Amino acid sequence: MAPPPHRRPGFSRKAQYGLFATYVVAIAGTIVAALLLTISVVDPTGFSALRTFGSEVTAPVARVVNDARQSTQAITHNVSAYIDAASRNVTLEKELKANRTALIEARALRVENARLRGLLKISDDDAQQVAVGRLISSTASSTRQVATLSIGRNFGVERAQPVRGPAGLIGRVIETGPTTARVLLVTDSENLVPVMRASDGLPAFSSGLGNGLVLIKPLNLGESPFKVGDIIITSGNGGLYGANIPFARIIRKTSDGALGLPFADPANTPYAIVMKPYLGEARAAQQALAPDGETKEVAE
Amino acid sequence: MKIPVSAIRLPTRPSREYESRFDREQSMLKMLAIPITSVILASMVTTLPVFSAGPLLPPFGLLMFLSWRLMRPGLLPIWSGVPFGLMDDLFSGQPFGSAGLLWSLAMLVVEIIDSRAIWRDYLQDWLIAALLITAVLLGGWWISGLAHATPKPEILFPQILLSILLYPLIVRICARLDSWRLAT
Repeated sequence: MAPPPHRRPGFSRKAQYGLFATYVVAIAGTIVAALLLTISVVDPTGFSALRTFGSEVTAPVARVVNDARQSTQAITHNVSAYIDAASRNVTLEKELKANRTALIEARALRVENARLRGLLKISDDDAQQVAVGRLISSTASSTRQVATLSIGRNFGVERAQPVRGPAGLIGRVIETGPTTARVLLVTDSENLVPVMRASDGLPAFSSGLGNGLVLIKPLNLGESPFKVGDIIITSGNGGLYGANIPFARIIRKTSDGALGLPFADPANTPYAIVMKPYLGEARAAQQALAPDGETKEVAE
Repeated sequence: MKIPVSAIRLPTRPSREYESRFDREQSMLKMLAIPITSVILASMVTTLPVFSAGPLLPPFGLLMFLSWRLMRPGLLPIWSGVPFGLMDDLFSGQPFGSAGLLWSLAMLVVEIIDSRAIWRDYLQDWLIAALLITAVLLGGWWISGLAHATPKPEILFPQILLSILLYPLIVRICARLDSWRLAT
């Protein structure tokens, strides 16, 4: 469609000035937006209040839709469970028998472990949970991998608390509102997680790739020691994420590391547990004695 | 036989039976509110529980905005990219101001094109929209790279393709909304 003829206002001075003013406003608006952008690049926390407001306003709708989505998933799951039920029952019973022995052994090991810890006088500050919520939405159209959690400050959720699901680590809290919080997922490029291989404790770092996978890089140099199918768990180093949280499974080897698929799928996790930062009290005590000095923790 | 005009009964809604059928005014509120609300609601689509492994969800706010601009030139003022973009920034997860800047630049580009190529057909509009969508998404990736660590740009290709292919659908939705907007 051709534009209307208002851009050729003829001899009317008023119309000419009016047209000119819209261009001036447009250019000025662009410059203001650029300034706002500069501020938010320099200080990413600056506009978090506005973003929090946005997610608070839309949270009720997201909650309802999420409930509907999860109950639909439950229905399809229940229906599909009937298909092939008999043969699956037999397989599961076999697996159950095999697992029962392993479970008893694991229980014995746990008792032994507790006894040894008692002997060595290691006081374990166990990862305690703060609150349990659900992931209600995510920034699926941006390159950032940030999800919205259905609980916020009113439930004790604070910035820099780890979040895990029943299947594994989800991410950490970066912004909180009264009833919602934003979680930086482990698949975001900015999220670094200290991890280790479950079988031998090989230390490594994980960083997100932004496409649902994580890049696992071992600390020691040389050829990638990983094999496809290796299980990666968090190591608890650095004291934010607790130790031994299931993290990812290696799906491909690269030249200097490996690609992992996180166990916790934000789309499919029934609930998300917000936990206290691992060794948070020890770190607070250390900070009270010898603060970090100039190196300030950069807020999200 | 001559039928008197008063005997012709047009099918109307019962509530409008006794209203005048000519010289009706369009509702000013509807004319203004429908484009504005549709763009803002399209921006809010990201708050629905849609989880994707990478950036895959098309930027519905941008698509709706471009559709209105290209389908009805002169409806949205030249500066409207800034407020609509800032509104989109609240929900998109990008650094605040990124869409405000990019949408406004897109608006100015369309304005320049409008003064050069006045009579365009639908395919040319689609091409313009495709180029602008690509530019805005890549620009958003670059801006997000200024503030945070970002993945490689290849990750955006599926989203760009999906958005370009979705544009005709959004234009049709816009056209429906437009006929509702202008109905008396």
